[in-house]
Amino acid sequence: MKKKINICQKTGLDAQKSKGWLGANKYLIMRRISQLSILFVFLLGPWFGIWIVKGNLTSSLTLDTLPLTDPYVLLQSFFAGHSIIKDALIGALIVIVFYLVVGGRVFCSWVCPVNIVTDAANWLRCKLGVQNKGGGITSKTRYWLLAMSFILAFVTGSVVWELVNPVSILHRGIIFGMSFGWGLIALIFLFDLLVVNKGWCSRLCPVGAFYSLLGKGSLLRVSAKNRDDCTDCLECFSVCPESQIIRPALKGQGSDIILDGNCTNCGRCIDICEPDVFSYTTRFKKNTTK
Amino acid sequence: MNKSVSRREFLINSARLATTTTLIATGLLSYSKYSYSLPAKAIRPPGALNEKAFNAACIRCGLCVNDCPFPTLSLATLKDDVALGTPFFTAREAGCEMCDDIPCVKACPTGALDKNLTDINDAKMGLARIVDTKGCIAYQGLRCEVCFNVCPIRGKAITIEMRHNKRSGKHTMFIPIVNYDHCTGCGKCEQACIMEEAVIKVLPTKLAMGKRQDHYKLGWEEKQKSGKSLVSPDIEHKYNLPEGKKYDLQGKGLTDVKVESSLDNALDTLNKFNPLFDIKSK
Repeated sequence: MKKKINICQKTGLDAQKSKGWLGANKYLIMRRISQLSILFVFLLGPWFGIWIVKGNLTSSLTLDTLPLTDPYVLLQSFFAGHSIIKDALIGALIVIVFYLVVGGRVFCSWVCPVNIVTDAANWLRCKLGVQNKGGGITSKTRYWLLAMSFILAFVTGSVVWELVNPVSILHRGIIFGMSFGWGLIALIFLFDLLVVNKGWCSRLCPVGAFYSLLGKGSLLRVSAKNRDDCTDCLECFSVCPESQIIRPALKGQGSDIILDGNCTNCGRCIDICEPDVFSYTTRFKKNTTK
Repeated sequence: MNKSVSRREFLINSARLATTTTLIATGLLSYSKYSYSLPAKAIRPPGALNEKAFNAACIRCGLCVNDCPFPTLSLATLKDDVALGTPFFTAREAGCEMCDDIPCVKACPTGALDKNLTDINDAKMGLARIVDTKGCIAYQGLRCEVCFNVCPIRGKAITIEMRHNKRSGKHTMFIPIVNYDHCTGCGKCEQACIMEEAVIKVLPTKLAMGKRQDHYKLGWEEKQKSGKSLVSPDIEHKYNLPEGKKYDLQGKGLTDVKVESSLDNALDTLNKFNPLFDIKSK
């Protein structure tokens, strides 16, 4: 049997040659800046006493005026039997509208701190050449876990998923105190590195599953506008956290816009594509050239 | 053929997903049972809904903690025995300072801390109880009154009852008494208790209080409520004592009385030495 070349190890090298290091990592750098600065703004209060934002990602108050609430957690609370009051509802609506514009799973790639952890695991997995497949855990699992989180909330009458949700544990932990929470985050890292390839964010996480449903109708999209220039290098498939979403737009006969709700709009495919096949667009922008 | 294979695959995949999900759900359920059993020493912020409703309502955002001006509130981490991420305080470490404007309640976006609480004196975070009267030095006749003095509702939530010190026979004991109606469970008394282990503790209200069945009516309260006695006829209690005997409830008890002259009517004789009559005449 022929030894497979690990695509991930050469991904982006061609793009780097033609576009330069910065050009081939533009959106990755912007994402890291976005993720870290959001975290940093939250930490300004507890660390330096500069209270621009209070709270954490599940609910926050910016400059004592702008309320933001995670609609997923609020929905769990609703299923647990709590009637939602105005304050939280306004915050959740603002968040929903925002992600309907920029893409539901933009939360995952531009905001969520766990993304840094799993991206690091993925990077190391590639470097070390660790072979791990899905192991029977498909990307559908997250929707089952999403449903489970609501059902458990209903059955127990409490917001059960938040006891183990790594997303809130990590973000809240960094701001309010982590203790053994680091253990769980380390587990997620090792799980992605050793057990299941892109296991947490792309297969299991119900937060991502929730935001992917929002993303089904969101405005900002990635399009394979120049798909005729595709050289079949497969690098975009390798780098995409949700590689199954690319094919219809890149190789299909229909629209060249990636309409799948699971596209996180991370822009990594735009970065690493040497012939610049991909670009950001809106879902309504029809490509008329073909 | 093709169709049956795909149906078969579909069923197997669904069963696999269902199994994985159920496995995770089972683990989570048993963990949640353990996790949601709030230890008695962990006290929720003022205005918190009852624990069951609170666990449905609190989304663990920490806005109450951010707005607490004191280092009282914190969000539970994995090393606390409190449901992860929920706000609580430990009275012995830092009691609630009972801010007039109740910023923690105002900050709560979900109503897990009830916005109907507008006067902090109405808060019921728990109930302070002297859990160890042997340990409390006031009960041993020593002067302390620290809990009484630090109480934010001083003189109401904790009062001092003076009792005779039977051991010495000549001293007064200054006993702190917690009054249910006024105690908010802020925990300042527990925090300040000078004993190595606090002898006054804030307990969850449910744990600290018993409950009397409704059919127990306190006559004197009912009388005050309705303006007249519910029992008829409303007569003063009388002691039916033999001649030459007197009963003094607060004093020496049953004593002899020197009878100066005997009366004809036996009932008059009895009533004459009734101490209640003496009180009346005073």
